[in-house]
Amino acid sequence: MLKIKANNFNLYYNDFHVLKNINIDIEEKKITAIIGPSGCGKSSFLKSINRINDIVEYMRVNGEIIISGQNIYDKRVDVNSVRKNVGMVFQRPNLFPISIYENISFGLKINKIANNKSTIMAIVEESLSSVMLLHDVKDKLYKSALLLTLEQQQRLCIARVLAINPQIILFDEPCSSLDNVATKKIEELIMKLREKYTVVLVTHNMQQAARISNDTAVMICGRIIEFASTEQIFTCPSKKETESYVTGRFMI
Amino acid sequence: MIKLNSKFSQKIPFFFLYAATILTIIPVITIIFVIIKNGLSAINWEFLTSMPRDGMRAGGIFPAILGTFFIILLTIIFVFPIGICAAIYLNEYAKNNLLTRVINLAIINLAGIPSVVYGLFGLGVFVIFFKLGVSVVSGALTLSIMELPVVITTTRSALNSVPYSFREASLSLGISRWLTIRHIVLPNAVPGILTGSILSIARISGETAPVLFTASALYVSYLPHSMFDQVMILPYHLYVISTQVPNVRKDMIYATAFVLLILVLGISCIAIVARIYFKRRKKW
Ligand SMILES: Nc1ncnc2c1ncn2[C@@H]1O[C@H](COP(=O)(O)OP(=O)(O)O)[C@@H](O)[C@H]1O
Ligand SMILES: [Mg+2]
Repeated sequence: MLKIKANNFNLYYNDFHVLKNINIDIEEKKITAIIGPSGCGKSSFLKSINRINDIVEYMRVNGEIIISGQNIYDKRVDVNSVRKNVGMVFQRPNLFPISIYENISFGLKINKIANNKSTIMAIVEESLSSVMLLHDVKDKLYKSALLLTLEQQQRLCIARVLAINPQIILFDEPCSSLDNVATKKIEELIMKLREKYTVVLVTHNMQQAARISNDTAVMICGRIIEFASTEQIFTCPSKKETESYVTGRFMI
Repeated sequence: MIKLNSKFSQKIPFFFLYAATILTIIPVITIIFVIIKNGLSAINWEFLTSMPRDGMRAGGIFPAILGTFFIILLTIIFVFPIGICAAIYLNEYAKNNLLTRVINLAIINLAGIPSVVYGLFGLGVFVIFFKLGVSVVSGALTLSIMELPVVITTTRSALNSVPYSFREASLSLGISRWLTIRHIVLPNAVPGILTGSILSIARISGETAPVLFTASALYVSYLPHSMFDQVMILPYHLYVISTQVPNVRKDMIYATAFVLLILVLGISCIAIVARIYFKRRKKW
């Protein structure tokens, strides 16, 4: 089923036209990878799906992004409800300098998702166990989150998003600060998330896209030049540029 | 080819840099030394807690201490709430438009205006126009206006030191802009805001010119009991007994300077201790 649809979506930073006429249909409960050379606008597009890009003052958009039938750029839409529904995990773990427990409970309390202690604890534990972190941290829930390894921190970032109960999770190169072993584990986690969430994954690591995604969009210079099943993109792409990009012969 | 280290050419710049550093601290140490040497003998409980007598040639400086204290307190009440709120607005909300740029420019330039100009401004506006008279409140308002740009600037740099990624993380959890500021930005900026504020207080306590025409009196025979009273203040009292009143004992003059110095340095020391404390606790 269709979950996210971009309709002639354009994005500008001042006069710099970054995203050009993006049209894409992202399916529910699948992993959709967006690959492309760095600087082509992948992050900008991802940040448009939860409107976190709104904080860039000189950013303008036109066109539509429709999530579950609602254009999220409609004036009547509450941007905070969009962001609750569309969680995001960033390139570098960006935990708050507070305890592991508080990192998760913060969003729950402020968003009034839960307010009594036992409910909050239950959600904290549930989200930690969904990211397979509970076992490692259950004795140090009240210790600073910044003492965790980078991989654990990234898992905690994912847990923090899960606790808010979104339908969509955006990943912006979530493994770029991790080593190979940690990358592998985070990839397994993302694959598991597909059962319950719609995942959009930006990566410049083509092997990663090939390994874990269902569909792949190839973005070059702010345009999506091809969008198809991952298998097709990596085995018989229909565009020449796609082929040269995925085989590593792409030059800008 | 490997050259031998020419020791001499290394030493010359080192010597000049070192000499320059020593030169800057010699006067400070000398001043402190002279004041302590000449003034310490006159400091006692009575000096600190009694009224001046014999045309300020004897007795204590209690009213001047109290007056300075009142003005500082009232200035704190005026300047920090407004300054911190304005800094939050400018840093977190204001769009980068012409008005904001004009305000920013004004803040930078206001900090460079000589303090005596603020004094005359306060005299014209608060004392005369608003008919507040020469009083604690006029002095505090004048000091507030003088200190506002400094408070705004230090608060903004404290807010800026909170990593952008904290804001991004909070907003991406669907937490509104205000709640992000309230729960993420401000708590992490508190150390910087606090140390900056304490340094501002130290600066305010030593200022003379802004309160000279707006709050201070040569001599007041009673202790201040409302904020519309004229008061004696330490820096002006020091000026008066050293130049305007003949035959004041030298140790009394130095003792007054000593009290003023301790007040200002003491407040700065609190800022230094606070900074060390927060640096230890800082987790990012
Ligand atoms: N906040 C911003 N302000 C101005 N230009 C930006 C901003 N963010 C990204 N850009 C520019 O937009 C282009 C796309 O950036 P980005 O979306 O980060 O690409 P990618 O994630 O594919 O590397 C780049 O040229 C980048 O320099
Ligand atoms: Mg990027």
